[in-house]
Amino acid sequence: MYDIKHESKGLVSHGVSACAGCGLELIMRNVLDVLGEDTIIIIPPGCSALFSGFGNETALKIPGFQGNLENTAACAAGVRAALNAKGNKDTTVLAFAGDGATVDIGIQALSGVLERRDKVLYVCYDNEAYMNTGIQGSSSTPYFASTTTTPAGKPTGRKDLVQIAIAHDIPYAATASIHNLSDLRKKVKKAKDTDGPSLLHIHTPCPTGWRYDPGKSIELAKAAVQTGCWILYEYENGKTTINYKPAELKPVEQYIQPQGRYKGLTGEQRQELQEHVTKTYEKYIKKLENIG
Amino acid sequence: MQKQPEAHMNKSKKFRVYGPVATVFSSSNTGSWRLERPKVNFKACIKCGTCAKYCPANIIEIKKDQQECVVIDFDYCKGCGICVNECPAKCMTMIPERSED
Amino acid sequence: MPFKMLDGNAAAVEAMKLAKVQVVSAYPITPQSSIAEKLSELVASGELKAEYIRVESEHTAMSAATTAQLAGVRAATATASQGLALMHEVLGMTAGNRVPIVMPVVNRGLAAPWTLWCEHGDAMSERDMGWMQFYCQNVQEVLDLTLMAYRVAEDENVLTPAMVCLDGFFLSHSMQKIDVPDQELVDAFIPPYKPKNLYLDTKDPMFICDLTGPNEYTEMRYQQKIAMDNAFDVIEKAQKEFSERFGRELDIVEGYRTDDAEVVLVALGSMCGTAKYVVNKLREQGKKVGLLKITVFRPFPVKQIREVLKGKKVVGVYDRSAGLGGQGGPVWCEVSASIKDLECDIRHYVGGLGGRDVTAEHIEQIFNELMEIYAGERKYHTQWIDVKENAMEIRQVIKNV
Repeated sequence: MYDIKHESKGLVSHGVSACAGCGLELIMRNVLDVLGEDTIIIIPPGCSALFSGFGNETALKIPGFQGNLENTAACAAGVRAALNAKGNKDTTVLAFAGDGATVDIGIQALSGVLERRDKVLYVCYDNEAYMNTGIQGSSSTPYFASTTTTPAGKPTGRKDLVQIAIAHDIPYAATASIHNLSDLRKKVKKAKDTDGPSLLHIHTPCPTGWRYDPGKSIELAKAAVQTGCWILYEYENGKTTINYKPAELKPVEQYIQPQGRYKGLTGEQRQELQEHVTKTYEKYIKKLENIG
Repeated sequence: MQKQPEAHMNKSKKFRVYGPVATVFSSSNTGSWRLERPKVNFKACIKCGTCAKYCPANIIEIKKDQQECVVIDFDYCKGCGICVNECPAKCMTMIPERSED
Repeated sequence: MPFKMLDGNAAAVEAMKLAKVQVVSAYPITPQSSIAEKLSELVASGELKAEYIRVESEHTAMSAATTAQLAGVRAATATASQGLALMHEVLGMTAGNRVPIVMPVVNRGLAAPWTLWCEHGDAMSERDMGWMQFYCQNVQEVLDLTLMAYRVAEDENVLTPAMVCLDGFFLSHSMQKIDVPDQELVDAFIPPYKPKNLYLDTKDPMFICDLTGPNEYTEMRYQQKIAMDNAFDVIEKAQKEFSERFGRELDIVEGYRTDDAEVVLVALGSMCGTAKYVVNKLREQGKKVGLLKITVFRPFPVKQIREVLKGKKVVGVYDRSAGLGGQGGPVWCEVSASIKDLECDIRHYVGGLGGRDVTAEHIEQIFNELMEIYAGERKYHTQWIDVKENAMEIRQVIKNV
């Protein structure tokens, strides 16, 4: 059992070495607050590994395992199988990985879990790059965003994780964002109660990687949704629900202007980005409205 | 480590384990990071709890029946400024860490 | 005790069934596939009460098995060749987190070139990952060494995962008459699984495998080294108990007719059966030859090897893997190091690669060379004993010029 050397409200230490203004910290706290202490967490190397700890010290009060970058889902599947073998269907098995560890190197393991319908709750926190290793681009980095491996801006759009999950026809998948915590918490509860695999794709701005004043994390998360860069929706047993559809999309400039990673864009590129965002959003909403 | 039954927790012994494992729940001295800190105008505060909700470190407490209605644990506050940015009553400001206030 | 006709793969499955594994995560690969298939049949029929994870790769297979065992049950997986190579980084996780998984490895060579057939290159490539390695001579040993591996790996002074290596096709697919012990006998030898070190349990939480600084990494590797050192005592005790309970002898190394041998050949795996036959044949001719069979390759049994090779003037070591770029293959290098202070002419042989049969003729040729070296009649030996004359010309193409 843990040697408790720190008083905390909840299952996460208050002094975690996540960056100031980190949205991931908000996600971890809220997810664990909803799931409770009968949870085993699998964390890959990355920003979330800050919660695993260093040496003898950890920032979590629940049992956990830090696997390899690409096998978070696989490790979760192993824990689930062992618990099932012991007759324990109650303990939640939580896989908690970033966008790089999920849509890039971890997509195979995730696809396996989804196809086998292993009862694993998979949370992908999306800060849109490999942040912990120095802001390298991932396949979830958005169009034109600058990262250390896409310095002139990413030439392609992003991989759609929830659509990949839907293609596996899993019982529950949803997007969420740190600006709407009650919506996020509701979705975590639904995912917990799902009899089968569930996937939450949670958007989190990153002050260090996106280069903005850390106080604006929540504001930017909200702007992403209001400009159509991030869509809040759920997929439940074949039916899609769009949780929030702005009456009119705000101009994308409101979202990208505070972010240093878009600073190098020319006027022409900004226009192209606006068209890309609008077109993608409209096509997406149409697709979602046609699923079930 | 061998499992100890709950009743004997206060008598639990230390066991030797091998391999990489963290067994101490602790915190880092993240309060030492900040260059500025939030300051609350208690009179203007509407006690909505937005700052507490959005604080990534979860170190803000709202005390509805106290004059100092917003209590921040400055051992861990990193000075990110989210609370100030999100406050709907705009009753918070960031001040330099070393200011006389 | 009942006898059954089993091939190597079936014997491995039998042992895993007797050990009552509760989670199976195996990915098919030739020549291991029938292990994954048989395990799923046993689970489907209810004969084996286990959760079967139909994993989508070997990397996932080993990841899931490791975390399943950390969550408190015996987990089973098996692989070969490319699958073992794909598991490589996870093997480090299993060993470094002290998870005592037992895994049959059906030895098959690594690409390129593509091969489906027997060679030790796959397991040899993993020899520094911190796993124990046992090499089987025959199908009975596959069953016995797997049972013994559970006992040794799970010992609290060892807590190190183990590979039980069986030669692809030569053992995996060859049927032999096997003595399969009763469940009660095995239960007395292998107790129910109890996690003794690190585990995942919400009632007793800990965080396993977090980042470790330079101030502690060395010590954790040292802990693994000490465990490898401890393994010899544990293996010896387990083998003694095995012999008492099941009536069969297992050993760490076997010196076959080596006491008065003038020359000794060192080898691993199924070729030892052939080598013993050749030793007997040459002995009838009055030639004083012997075979040192290494069963436990990891941890490397220096003491036991020295006991057998002490005083021997000429030794040959047969590597069933190429050991490219090295001064010799892995077995030769380590045997040489183990007797470096002894006056011994130790010669290196490579053969049996990519499924090439290790024939009695080749082994006889090796012994004859060694004896000629012993008698001072020969200087050079044929290192690549079964390579063809026209090795550099076997592919000719017509090019457009």
